Amino acid sequence: MTYTLEGNTGTWEVVIGLEVHAQVISQSKLFSGASATYGGEPNTQVSFVDAAFPGMLPVINRECVRQAVRTGLGLNAHINLVSRFDRKNYFYADLPAGYQISQYAHPIVGSGTIEIELADGTSKPIGVTRLHLEQDAGKSLHDQSPTKSFIDLNRCGVALMEIVSEPDLRSPEEAGAYLRKMRTILRYLGTCDGNMEEGSMRADVNVSVRHHGEPFRTRCEIKNVNSVRYVMLAIEAEAKRQITVWEDGGAVQQETRLFDVARGITRSMRSKEDAHDYRYFPDPDLLPLVLEEDWVAALRTQLPELPDAKKSRFMHQFGLPVYDAGVLVAEQATADFYETLATGRDPKQAANWMMGDFFAALNRTGRDIGNSPVSAANLGELLDLMADSTINGRIAKEVLEEMVETGETASAVVARKGLRQVTDTGAIDAAVEQVLAGNPDKLAEFRGGRDKLFGFFVGQVMKAMAGKGNPALVNEALKRRLG
Amino acid sequence: MALDPATIHRIAKLARIRIEDWQAAQLEQELNGILGWIEQLNEVDVEGVEPLTGGAQMAMKMRDDVVTDGNIRDLVLANAPEREGVFYAVPKVVE
Repeated sequence: MTYTLEGNTGTWEVVIGLEVHAQVISQSKLFSGASATYGGEPNTQVSFVDAAFPGMLPVINRECVRQAVRTGLGLNAHINLVSRFDRKNYFYADLPAGYQISQYAHPIVGSGTIEIELADGTSKPIGVTRLHLEQDAGKSLHDQSPTKSFIDLNRCGVALMEIVSEPDLRSPEEAGAYLRKMRTILRYLGTCDGNMEEGSMRADVNVSVRHHGEPFRTRCEIKNVNSVRYVMLAIEAEAKRQITVWEDGGAVQQETRLFDVARGITRSMRSKEDAHDYRYFPDPDLLPLVLEEDWVAALRTQLPELPDAKKSRFMHQFGLPVYDAGVLVAEQATADFYETLATGRDPKQAANWMMGDFFAALNRTGRDIGNSPVSAANLGELLDLMADSTINGRIAKEVLEEMVETGETASAVVARKGLRQVTDTGAIDAAVEQVLAGNPDKLAEFRGGRDKLFGFFVGQVMKAMAGKGNPALVNEALKRRLG
Repeated sequence: MALDPATIHRIAKLARIRIEDWQAAQLEQELNGILGWIEQLNEVDVEGVEPLTGGAQMAMKMRDDVVTDGNIRDLVLANAPEREGVFYAVPKVVE
């Protein structure tokens, strides 16, 4: 399934590379002891180091280093035991030092790879070029005053991992799949919360177009796109713009652009004209970052089970199809829920109930697995009540609705509403007689050869029993009576 | 390597330092002098020597991940050229 765009001069292929900026989960900042948590009062989480007061020296946070290495290991990447920090120089009001401490020539993590899954069921390996540690900048607020921009430095100095992909992506769909997979891996590792709305994960998107088989053409970089959907829309808009430029006889200029969400187009960021002249040089305040091989090896053995491994285990251990396994491992909490539910029960039935009625009920009530009123144990009890014929499948759906509504256990709902399945053959036979007596015309038609009316009678009997009849016994009783 | 006037102006612009043309001519001469002096280092044979970016052959010390700083807003903002409530205020940046 190749994604291409048709132009006037032929078919164009899109080449995409992504730079993901992922905020590291840590208590304090990369080089200062100020808090790194989100949402504090403006400028309260700022130290003199972050505000770049003269003479203040950076000291690196061991946890941020550990998180970067763990992320590298999770991306199957090479860990560089010696890395260095450089200054990336540019002027902006939310960067008080006038430079960002980053890693340019010697990043902490080298090349790796992640597998992305596509809608047609195929998967594709995407190369990760590198991961490096750097500082985040502060936040500018442009809409608070007609003449001033306001600056909040709380975020300034918080640790970021910049994760750069190879230009291996060929469609908006692949870019979206890459971002989602990256987010899943980061969340499993607990190294970044992956929350794009709060800005703790952002993407810069590099886009170019070419005719198939050509070398790469000039690319443009779309800065700071903050949702998966916008990344996909921005790629399509930018690719179409570039095709028009080339086909009109022009040449795409390498530049930094912004995605205008409201208009669905990208536009040039003139303020970033000099953006690519950062005059990197080694930060004289910081010695080389040297890691012990044993320390890295220990981190490797302590990694949690990651999504790909969990997915293939679910397929083998529980006999799930690839699609179901993919859905269930997308979030750690979902996977844990499923595993509790499936253990000791029919795993396929557990998957069907969870992905069907349970997810639908959560969606309808605006909740997710994290704040579900129904625990895995409670949903499991519901499946057990079906398995031992206490309730039938139709009633189980009704019970689940109640459980989501009230937070009660399955057995409590069944007891309160008297939903226990009727297996008393006397009661079933009585219902059968009542239905046959009430529908003499239908009975005559059935006797006259309209076999498919059998289903009608089953339905009527179940209805007469308020849905609580054991379906197998009802079928049996009707067959006996009509046979 | 020698710097031309255009490069001098570009360096000044990137450093946000305003210079006049007559200063550029003077800076060109001074900077080229410094570069020429540094270039003597190219004569040193560094074959097989690891690049050194600092003065000491030591590894970086790390600190524990503990919040030990912050909550000093007034001290931090005391040096701001202009402040507006709890924020730094700067000339409006238009994107």
